[in-house]
Amino acid sequence: MTRYSAWSVFWNGLTGQKNWDRAWRDPEPKKEYDVIIVGGGLHGLATAYYLAKNHGQKNIAVVEKGWLGGGNAGRNTTIVRSNYFMKGNREFYEHSLKLWEGLSHDLNYNVMFSQRSHISLLHSPGARDGAARRYNTMRLTGSDGEIWGLDRLKKEVPHLNYSPNSRFPIIGAAVQQRAGTARHDAVAWGYARAADQLGVDIIQQCEVTGTTTKNGKMVSVETNRGTIKGKKIGFAVAGNTSRLWQMAGLGKLPIETHKLQAFVSEPLKPLLDQVVVFGVGGAHFYISQSDKGGMVFGGDLDWYKSYAQRGNLPIVQDVAECATSILPCLGRVRLLRHWSGVMDMSMDGAPFLCKTPLDNLYLNAGWNYGGFKASPASGWYFADLIANDRPHDYIANHDLKRFERGYNLDERGAGPDPKLHG
Amino acid sequence: MLRIQCPFCGERDHSEFTYGGDGSIEYPALDASIEEWTEAVFMRENIRGSQLETWQHTSGCRSWLLVERDTMTHEIHSVKLSHPDMGKATGGNR
Repeated sequence: MTRYSAWSVFWNGLTGQKNWDRAWRDPEPKKEYDVIIVGGGLHGLATAYYLAKNHGQKNIAVVEKGWLGGGNAGRNTTIVRSNYFMKGNREFYEHSLKLWEGLSHDLNYNVMFSQRSHISLLHSPGARDGAARRYNTMRLTGSDGEIWGLDRLKKEVPHLNYSPNSRFPIIGAAVQQRAGTARHDAVAWGYARAADQLGVDIIQQCEVTGTTTKNGKMVSVETNRGTIKGKKIGFAVAGNTSRLWQMAGLGKLPIETHKLQAFVSEPLKPLLDQVVVFGVGGAHFYISQSDKGGMVFGGDLDWYKSYAQRGNLPIVQDVAECATSILPCLGRVRLLRHWSGVMDMSMDGAPFLCKTPLDNLYLNAGWNYGGFKASPASGWYFADLIANDRPHDYIANHDLKRFERGYNLDERGAGPDPKLHG
Repeated sequence: MLRIQCPFCGERDHSEFTYGGDGSIEYPALDASIEEWTEAVFMRENIRGSQLETWQHTSGCRSWLLVERDTMTHEIHSVKLSHPDMGKATGGNR
């Protein structure tokens, strides 16, 4: 397999682009694997990559019902940050951010990670105090964060709505400068290519239609391309976790499936250099500008449970109102596309990376809005969990029994109502 | 836009309503075990297909409704009041 380099780009440019290898193989499924990962999204691919790289596993399959990048990997707003507060979460997401920082080199694939700052606008002294507490905790636990006053904010992002007459005047911002955005497709392709080079079989168009369990172990998965046996099996199918879980006869989960929309505008000249987040008084809005110039933004969930990968119109209006209230200059910009993805909304807004009632089955689920940025660390610690059959300290409480223990990882303090954990 | 047939106000846009959640949950007795309460408060079937759910007509009559809706197609099969005797109890005639 060709290693990508400046030289290979130059050489293939001179030879008519005819000598590139395919980025990953298209293998037929084998009868049996040491590890089967169900779900070829970012989390599944990252898990397979780290299982091969960190834990020396050779015989791994990733089975994907559609194609790589066709699910939530291609339905997000590509924001990467680690501004988490609670023990376990903050260390986990900070490790994820550190992995992002080295990811392009590690994968030999440019994931276009751009540390352009993540700016959460503040609108009240109470919000500023809350942010100071959160961002100080981040600084004390090995991450970065700072609070900006209005002078600094106006200098860095000059065209926000700073009117003192607006309904919620801006008084400052909580900023993480190492945060930013990445190219979502490149992350999926980069992990797939790197995993494939380490011998992982990535099997697309392969939908799990059933499972076989014997003596407390899952022995195989039935697919539309035949039965595949697995010594260990991991589920990483956020959005459809409950369906697969019930297919395996395992009952209920602390998860509801909701859908989240995202939007991209027509391409504009450079306008916004950072990720800006606006959240106050029921508004929830985040925006950045892609390298192609489109304004990429999103807001709240559609507010009712749904498996349909299409959004409703009241949220389009809601998000457009947020956009024009915080960036009035977008008022006449046209929307190019909008899309919707289904996500696992968990009961406390935190994910599950854990063992299950079956000995050799592992669960990676419940990522709420935040799965994209988490994918490197999710793969890292899920691989560690599968290889060593015990959770790392950071994810010790990211299990299914935490509610029974009263250990909710509820960053937002919203209570057991999945639609509120935005 | 979903349209919900409120038994009291008639058919209205869903933006007048607030989604409650799973309408099939039966809460256990107050002195039931931690496991039973965890099951009721935190665990969900998360059905893809027809499910029973609660909605409140917050911008209308404020009644809580039990709605049978398909979570894949969004088709609404039935709507009824969660507390059908509420009107009589408060002296109304419906």
